[in-house]
Amino acid sequence: MEQATEAPLKKTPLNARHRASGAKMVPFCGWDMPVEYSGIVAEHMAVRTRAGVFDVSHMGQIEIAGKDALAAVQRLSCNDAAKLAVGQAQYSGLLTPQGTFIDDLLVYRLAPAHFLLVVNASHIRHDYEWIAEQIKPAGDAVAVDASSRYALIAVQGPAALEVAQPLTGVELGALKYYWFAHGEVASVRATISRTGYTGEDGFEIFVPPQSADRVWQALLESGRAADVIPCGLGARDTLRLEAAMRLHGNDIDETRSALEADLGWIVGWKKDDFIGAAALRDQKANGVKQKIVGFEMVDRGIARQGYPASIDGRNVGVVTSGTQTPYLKKAIGMAYLPIAHTAVGTEFDVNIRGRSARARVVPMPFYKRAR
Amino acid sequence: MASYPAGFKYTKDHEWVELSGDRGKVGITDYAQQQLGDVVYVELPDVGATLKQGQSFGTIESVKAVSELYAPVSGQVVEVNTSLKEKPEVVNADPHSNWMIVVKLTNPGEAGALLDAAQYQDLIK
Repeated sequence: MEQATEAPLKKTPLNARHRASGAKMVPFCGWDMPVEYSGIVAEHMAVRTRAGVFDVSHMGQIEIAGKDALAAVQRLSCNDAAKLAVGQAQYSGLLTPQGTFIDDLLVYRLAPAHFLLVVNASHIRHDYEWIAEQIKPAGDAVAVDASSRYALIAVQGPAALEVAQPLTGVELGALKYYWFAHGEVASVRATISRTGYTGEDGFEIFVPPQSADRVWQALLESGRAADVIPCGLGARDTLRLEAAMRLHGNDIDETRSALEADLGWIVGWKKDDFIGAAALRDQKANGVKQKIVGFEMVDRGIARQGYPASIDGRNVGVVTSGTQTPYLKKAIGMAYLPIAHTAVGTEFDVNIRGRSARARVVPMPFYKRAR
Repeated sequence: MASYPAGFKYTKDHEWVELSGDRGKVGITDYAQQQLGDVVYVELPDVGATLKQGQSFGTIESVKAVSELYAPVSGQVVEVNTSLKEKPEVVNADPHSNWMIVVKLTNPGEAGALLDAAQYQDLIK
């Protein structure tokens, strides 16, 4: 239970609010973040059945603008940004030449030649340096680390629409999944995006840092009747895992390619050259040796990140995420296995602290909301 | 605020032991369950296992993490609360009633080194 103390932790604009509200705070990627308010299970269930509000202001924002911004984004990001209309967003990867993940991100098209990249907190600096270096030859395009200009608040769950709608003039019901609009929320200038990391309907709201507390409080107040509660990173992790969303640092990293991570759908196969394209095209033609799978535990126990996976006593893979899911009430996870053992129904063993426990490959996502 | 029974002794690792003759009933503290969050598994030793003070006697797993359980006293395990296998969440609900094991003490003098309720509450301040 000890936490290493190193450099001073960064604080989001909502830090004082979290502390005053009695959230349990932990160091996360250099940030002092709430891991839970009322408990992971209670928060997880709130998001699945009502709604929860999350502070995700630690996420990074990098803007790319200039006449050649689209060309720059097309080279850096593996998905096809030319498909994005202004007002639309897409999930993508920032890949190495080997087709592996420097980071995963959302790409927003703010204007024809102006993009917003939302990246993981721990990689902001690294991503920015990589992007700045790579777009030098791209012509008229410049990248700016705009992270300090944005607070980011997510409201997620089946009640998210009814909670957020009274606070804004933007017609939220008309906003399609993975589209965004500019407007006001609680009289604060905001960009409202119908996106999230929980597998539920919901919105991610970008606001100026100095106004974050106002929007946070307004959302909780608006959600009071529906018993909407503040949630921490603990529930965010169990929710995203049930929805089989990859977590960079666990399920994807610089050793895992987009195809190994079964994310071929975020690769713009038809677009021109991009970083990682040659490696991915080669893998697509020749197949990958390992692939990510979703699994359920057959035996008792939780398979956690880093636990070895074996078949017939031979160590062949590794668990990258695992938890006991509060909603499905099962121990689930993701693991990398040799391609021959990735079919649904395949059984393998996980070494749980010296004990061998059986797991079975199941389809992902584990949880899919009714629409 | 949870109350920490004055009749218990406590470890710095957040276990409690309630001594009665040569028996010690062992559980984890309210502070420990708060830190762990929602408990989903408790793995305990079998009756008959021999424990040394400070030695791991099992694990407790929450949604978030796994932690070792450490024996507050040396002795032999004479009872195990097997109901925790099916209902581990009661450790969150009432950690000071839901004991895990009962130990027959081999060295009762060791208990002197444990914290009393006031000392323990100072530790977790």
